[in-house]
Amino acid sequence: METLFQRDLDDLIKGIRQQQIKESLFISKAIEEIRREIKSTDLPTKSAALQKLSYLSSLHGADMSFAAFHAVEVMSSPQFFYKKIGYHAVTQSFNDDTPVILLITNQLRKDLNSSNQFEVSLALECLSRIGNVDLARDLTPEVFTLLSSSKVFIKKKAIAVVLRVFEKYPDAVRVCFKRLVENLESSEPVILSAVVGVFCELCLKDPRSYLPLAPEFYKILVDSKNNWLLIKVLKIFAKLATLEPRLAKRVVEPICELMRRTEAKSLLFECIRTVLSSLSEYESAVKLAVVKVREFLVDDDPNLKYLGLQALSIIAPKHLWAVLENKDFVIKSLSDGDYNIKLESLRLLMSMVSESNVAEISRVLINYALKSDPEFCNQILGSILSTCCRNLYEVIVDFDWYASLLGEMVRIPHCQKGEEIEHQIIDIAMRVKDVRPALVHVCRNLLIDPALLGNPFLHRILSAAAWVSGEYVEFSRNPFELMEALLQPRTNLLLPSIRAVYVQSVFKVLIFCAHSYLLHKENISSVNTDNLASEVPESVFARMSCENSDFATSEAPASSEQHDSFNPRNINQSFGDLSIENGGDATVSNGQASTSASLGRNSFTHESIVNLFNIVELALGPLSRSHDVEIQERARNVLGFTDLIEQEILNPVVQGEENLARAETEASRVVKLMCDAFSEELGPVSTSAQDRVPVPDGLLLKENLADLETICGDIQLPLSSSFSLSSTPLGEAVDISRTNLQSKDETEPSHESTSLLAEHRKRHGLYYLASEKSEGASNDYPPANDPMSQDKLNDDAEDLLKLTEQSLAPKKKPNQAKPRPVVLKLDGDEISIAAKKPELKGDLLSGVVQDVLLGNDGVPSSSRSNRSENLSGKSKGKEKLSTDLSLETKENVPGEKMPDHVNTSSRRSKHRSHGKERRQKGQGKDGEEKEDNGQKEKRKSNHHRGKHKAHQRADEPLNVVAQTPVIPDFLL
Amino acid sequence: MIKSVMVMNTQGKPRLAKFYDFQPVEKQQELIRSVFGVLCGRADNVSNFVEADSIFGPGTRLVYKHFATLYFVFIFDSSENELAMLDLIQVFVETLDKCFKNVCELDIVYNYSKLHTILDEIIFGGQVLETSSIEVIKAVEEISKLESASNAIALVSKSVSGWRSR
Repeated sequence: METLFQRDLDDLIKGIRQQQIKESLFISKAIEEIRREIKSTDLPTKSAALQKLSYLSSLHGADMSFAAFHAVEVMSSPQFFYKKIGYHAVTQSFNDDTPVILLITNQLRKDLNSSNQFEVSLALECLSRIGNVDLARDLTPEVFTLLSSSKVFIKKKAIAVVLRVFEKYPDAVRVCFKRLVENLESSEPVILSAVVGVFCELCLKDPRSYLPLAPEFYKILVDSKNNWLLIKVLKIFAKLATLEPRLAKRVVEPICELMRRTEAKSLLFECIRTVLSSLSEYESAVKLAVVKVREFLVDDDPNLKYLGLQALSIIAPKHLWAVLENKDFVIKSLSDGDYNIKLESLRLLMSMVSESNVAEISRVLINYALKSDPEFCNQILGSILSTCCRNLYEVIVDFDWYASLLGEMVRIPHCQKGEEIEHQIIDIAMRVKDVRPALVHVCRNLLIDPALLGNPFLHRILSAAAWVSGEYVEFSRNPFELMEALLQPRTNLLLPSIRAVYVQSVFKVLIFCAHSYLLHKENISSVNTDNLASEVPESVFARMSCENSDFATSEAPASSEQHDSFNPRNINQSFGDLSIENGGDATVSNGQASTSASLGRNSFTHESIVNLFNIVELALGPLSRSHDVEIQERARNVLGFTDLIEQEILNPVVQGEENLARAETEASRVVKLMCDAFSEELGPVSTSAQDRVPVPDGLLLKENLADLETICGDIQLPLSSSFSLSSTPLGEAVDISRTNLQSKDETEPSHESTSLLAEHRKRHGLYYLASEKSEGASNDYPPANDPMSQDKLNDDAEDLLKLTEQSLAPKKKPNQAKPRPVVLKLDGDEISIAAKKPELKGDLLSGVVQDVLLGNDGVPSSSRSNRSENLSGKSKGKEKLSTDLSLETKENVPGEKMPDHVNTSSRRSKHRSHGKERRQKGQGKDGEEKEDNGQKEKRKSNHHRGKHKAHQRADEPLNVVAQTPVIPDFLL
Repeated sequence: MIKSVMVMNTQGKPRLAKFYDFQPVEKQQELIRSVFGVLCGRADNVSNFVEADSIFGPGTRLVYKHFATLYFVFIFDSSENELAMLDLIQVFVETLDKCFKNVCELDIVYNYSKLHTILDEIIFGGQVLETSSIEVIKAVEEISKLESASNAIALVSKSVSGWRSR
């Protein structure tokens, strides 16, 4: 009765299409129905339900795990129609976690042995999709048998299934590998293509193991006319040629021949890719390939154009000329309608970037970004940023330009690269001392623009800008304006964490202003008015250029010595600008101001300072009750500071001149202390710095926390100048007291922790670059007069194609140029840059394959004994040698003499002999006997092999020679 | 290795989805949706390749072809050639065309299991085993014959029981 009313798959599909009710509702109803039907004992009903369920699962995402057992039942039906439905469901839904997967082993075995080739095919398909360790192990004998099937239809699938079996159960290699290799000489193209396909996959994972098969592949490369096959063989050679130069030499000519001859674009592209990726040392081959790439580029088919660009990006790192030769196409493709092509040409363009053309390329791209859609715009910005910061900004010579470029990026409407720009602004500010004035100017422009506060994507950049402006406030042309920008009402749009940075910057600016004001006062009250004009700016700038935190002690020599070395451009520039910008809002009280220098000094007048304090108190007052602790704490710090010095600074009018001087000493002492605290320069800290500090022997990290404070206080002793360990960019407030402490106690050594301290210092020397060392690093860079094409910077209307002619061609560089500023390097940076060595993973499969291949091809005994010698030292003591094999041992290892080594080598040969034995048995089609030969022993031997491999890898350099498999004679 | 084959219409409704690495059904649906999200934004005259790293992990590529109301999508890794995959889509579609005589979307909707049979003859566990549509059709026809022969008994019994109960 059930069958009558049951809907079959067609009815279900019709029902879904009609959609009388909502689709999801219809499907859940159908599944209810299926749940009922699938329990039926009637096979047709059950299988129809299962088929429907497979359909719903595949296309509508219905869960079918509940039907796993039913699928097994249907699959074991003798009727092909149902069996196929069952297999389809099992193949589609089973995975390693399916509990009933163990139940299908016997059914699979039965079907693999079936006389009906289509049943065998179903079972093979199933094994290739869901085969796990158990299935692969248990069915290896059947697969082995099928590998020599007379039916091509079966044989090709048996070959393909071997891939899964090897992957899951590497020991199957010992059984099946030989038969697989034999098929490389098959005359049947379908079989050949299947087996080459398998080797192509295997080579991708571990090419080295298959080097001994090179002659077979070579034969196919030369003889075959089948494009599909040739593509796969080329992929194999692309892997093998990089491992064995002699092989590369051998295949390069046939590949070029193929490249000239073939009509098929797919094969042609594969040849190009192989040459460009693996045979790039062969000039003539590369040239030919580049000619062919050009054909692709000029083709109308966007597919070929795209692949052509991709081929160029493969070769770009090694032969940049190939890209330069085709630069017209690359740049034209930037405006292609196809996003892929645009992206690819952007990548290529970035690969062309060098010191001399980075400015022009960036200019063109920025203009391009302005015009393009948001997605591509951000792609462009992202690639400019990542290219420019590569290897510690190695392509950037003019950092002032780069700072302005960053500022410009922020102005691009679609810019969403907040995080990267934030990071780079802070990074270059810390690393490159010379860029700071320009960067501060750029940051000021960002901060004063209220519009930018409205764009949440830019908030992180503003945070960086605020930090830079505060940290390097001494370069600011107008601190008052900066203060207003930092306190503008729209800053309430910022996230609390960013707002906290703003408040901290306010603190720094405030202290700077107060300090400058006090210095100015002191100098006024000092008798020598003649020196005034030069003295004040000097002492202010002494602080800027002075590296050491110890401002107080170094002031006197610094002001005399460093004046000369200080870049006069900065002074002139900042003062010149001050006079312009301050013209309006700064209160010029003294008529005596005539020089620009005195005007700058006079901006710190009493009124302006009072005004400043008022603004700060007004703006931060509400924030001291903020709910965010960061903001609240910082705001209170600032307010506490203003309270402390306000009265003394701000009420000079009521006091007489003499009183004034005395009263202000207290305030100026506080201000000076604070100023010193902030003048400690923050250096970049290597990301791996923390890891590299080992815990000292006697130190228990969880005890004696009280003692830690004294230790920490001393860490900062300025022995290595500009780097501070513990001050993070945002957390200086915490350091103030510590630094104060330090400046007092500087001269006395702390007695309690001398030994620990010594160790710390030692480590400081080791892990944090001292200033001398960083200068040493700068020697790696091009010398000071390294050229830089300044003249081009001004050329704003660079047209795309003009660019191609001018900037990309090698040209004479003008002599006049600014020296590249020092970029601080850290140990950790280099680590992150250095290419990671490919890790050798303990691949079981490759181990077995090598074993089998070497066994087959006969290794020269010298290399084998070499191997065992390496092993012997480490595997001693674990020996459980079965002596009955010793005879065989001696035969197998003729070169072996030293008694120490006999053990290991005999064990090795034991394993090999096992492998052989098994192979022979396998050839005898004796599947049953193999089973009883013992899984245990098999596993054990495999286990040992694994261990051996691990040892070998441990002393890898020694083994290089031994590990290289035999290269067949034909190569030599 | 081919990772996945999808056929979907221009509204994003999947018509066939095959994953050669096991994926949970939810993940399958998500992948289908994200592939459609990429494809529907692409114009007709652009290249047939899409970088699929963000969807299927690093190193995977996607080739698709647009026929009438359907997208045919193959996803594969670096051991396949892009242009060869494009040809393979052509082989697949040609085979369908021969099997169904001017294939249209409806044929594909209603012949779900035959579609799988055809595809399984071309791609076996992610590896391409047959590129000749003639060979594929030969095998598929034999399989269909075998299916209907084994099903005949069941069909008869079903219709007889249906007859009786009327």
